[in-house]
Amino acid sequence: MTAVALSRRTIADIGEPEFAARLARQGLGVRIGPFDVKLRSGVRTIDSALHRLYRDYVLLDGDDQVFNIHLRIVSTRHWRRPHKRMVRLLVDGRAPHEDLPLDQALAVLEWGLNLAIALRSHSWLMLHSATVERHGGVLLLPAWPGSGKTTLCTALVFRGWRLFSDEFGLVEPLSGTVAPIPRPMALKNASIEVIRGFAPGAELGPTIPNTRKGTIAHVKAPTESIQSSSKSAAVRWIVFPRWSAGAEFACEEMPKLDAFTMLATNAFNYEMLGESAFIAVRRLVETARCFRLVYSELDRAVAFLNGLADSK
Amino acid sequence: MKRRTESASAIVRRLLTIAVQDPQAVASLPERDLDLLLRLARRVRLLGRLADRLERTQRLVQLPSAAREQLKSSSVLVQARSRVARWELNRLAAVFRESPAMRVVLLKGCAYLAAGMPNAAGRLFADVDLLFAERDLEVAEQRLISRGWHGTKLDAYDQHYYRVWTHELPPLVHAEREVEADLHHNIVPRTGRLKPSAALLLEDVQTIDGGSLYRLGDRDVVLHAMTHLMFDSDMADCLRDLVDIDDLLRHFSESKSGFWDDLLDRASELDLVRPAFYGLHFAHVLLGTPVPDAILRRSQKGAPWQPFEWVMDRLVPLALFPIHPDMRSRRATVARFLLYVRSLWIRMPPLLLVRHLAYKFYARRIRVSPGRRSVPDAGSAAKG
Repeated sequence: MTAVALSRRTIADIGEPEFAARLARQGLGVRIGPFDVKLRSGVRTIDSALHRLYRDYVLLDGDDQVFNIHLRIVSTRHWRRPHKRMVRLLVDGRAPHEDLPLDQALAVLEWGLNLAIALRSHSWLMLHSATVERHGGVLLLPAWPGSGKTTLCTALVFRGWRLFSDEFGLVEPLSGTVAPIPRPMALKNASIEVIRGFAPGAELGPTIPNTRKGTIAHVKAPTESIQSSSKSAAVRWIVFPRWSAGAEFACEEMPKLDAFTMLATNAFNYEMLGESAFIAVRRLVETARCFRLVYSELDRAVAFLNGLADSK
Repeated sequence: MKRRTESASAIVRRLLTIAVQDPQAVASLPERDLDLLLRLARRVRLLGRLADRLERTQRLVQLPSAAREQLKSSSVLVQARSRVARWELNRLAAVFRESPAMRVVLLKGCAYLAAGMPNAAGRLFADVDLLFAERDLEVAEQRLISRGWHGTKLDAYDQHYYRVWTHELPPLVHAEREVEADLHHNIVPRTGRLKPSAALLLEDVQTIDGGSLYRLGDRDVVLHAMTHLMFDSDMADCLRDLVDIDDLLRHFSESKSGFWDDLLDRASELDLVRPAFYGLHFAHVLLGTPVPDAILRRSQKGAPWQPFEWVMDRLVPLALFPIHPDMRSRRATVARFLLYVRSLWIRMPPLLLVRHLAYKFYARRIRVSPGRRSVPDAGSAAKG
């Protein structure tokens, strides 16, 4: 097996029928940032959307390799409601949560990947942060759900920033650099239309209504971001964003100690990593400029952040 | 060549046996086998142990990065849980320091950890198990409650079930640290078939490092591990518990001459000859524990009726070893169901069992809606 020679092949190089066949049978190996993932799917209705969203990722052709994550979704029925089709997520053969309606399969797969990454990647300090890069410097946008993190991240990506992730800041604890893991960005509710207006070139997956997070649509990660996803970079800016309807734009540099506390509490696994997390977070806030950002207009926030990155 | 004819369960057994008995050899497995092994080891909570052994023998560097990453991650997890456990024990010791007459005896995982037993390295700590003299149990519970521990939400039936029929109180959880503490007064349920004397167990306890916490005597540590696995669980995916037994047997038999015979003498004293038989037998057969032949013969006194032993020999491995994650196994499913039924059967007399199951069926199917796990709980850890 010439796995090395074949490793440059992308998902696009196998057409949709072959893609679907692998998902259904032996599993599809795909490299997503630092993780080699094997996906299996028994839900044929999302093959086409998945193929579009994932077409630029490196295809892992060989079977004789170690994968970081094995994920599977299957179509199933509940014995009490046999007429209703459900989707079940299986991580290594086990269901981490209850079944969800079948039409949410794509969201279930994406959430499942997030869950698997968050639960077993403790060789990284995992920040709950959108992460983008410009001029070789990483901008972290750490924030809690509902703060507009994904929307801002998507907007930046369509204004010249390289996508690392809309969800994870993967910090290598020893070097302090951040690894890209570009994935489809999950827009919610009103931000779907906002992004359609802001970036007409954005390629969106199907709209999935009535999930536990409302209506969801995934934006495909830009091709260039995926192609350069092996290139880590150092953090230059840490901006804690908060979208608030009608709010006056405000962005102020913040004390390092505040930034430390906010970043430490934002991480998924700060306590898990203990001392090495402390050291990594301290170095991040010491070497990066830290800001607090409140905005209501996306354009204004994007213009400010672009200005920040371009000012040097 | 070999792979073609090897069944799914044989592959599972082969790989996990290598990981337990000869962890260094893991470095020379084909990558596809290593990939499966990591998934299996994670399932049976042995990934941390494997990582520990590979790290100590400097084999980690020889593995592909995707494997190293997972093993390193599991080490971080194990270390974090051990840190939590040590701090919890420190806090518990502080609570009970004022009443030295009341002995706090650590059981299972936290005892292995506190006493630095060899099986503690890489072992994932879950909750704190404590043994008290029954007369001290209520005071101990009240003291913990007054110091920030609280009961978990249980209905009146479950409260009753714990207090009257089992060997432990309803679990307590510390309000801030969220670590569960289980307070026991014996090592098997009150209603169970076995009747070990808690007084005898308490007579033989040892202090840990001269501190205020205790553990069971050497022989009782092993007998408890055997009893827990064979008489207080359904054994599904419990290979780790057999590995504990293997590690402990090797450790104590090497450091003490005459340990094997002492162990069996003690098993007779405690009415634990059946779990001792099973424990020695399965550790020897499945993990190659060097049990002397004379001891294996002597332990036969505790063996069950022969046809039953024959059945157990077939069922137990199918439960202890995990099911291949990508292949269904009807045999394993059936075996696990039968062992689950056995676990209920040996825990309660038949009439009580019927009553218990009837109530549980009523509670689960009729009184509350189905669905044990909720999505937000699982998802909130990962996704905003």
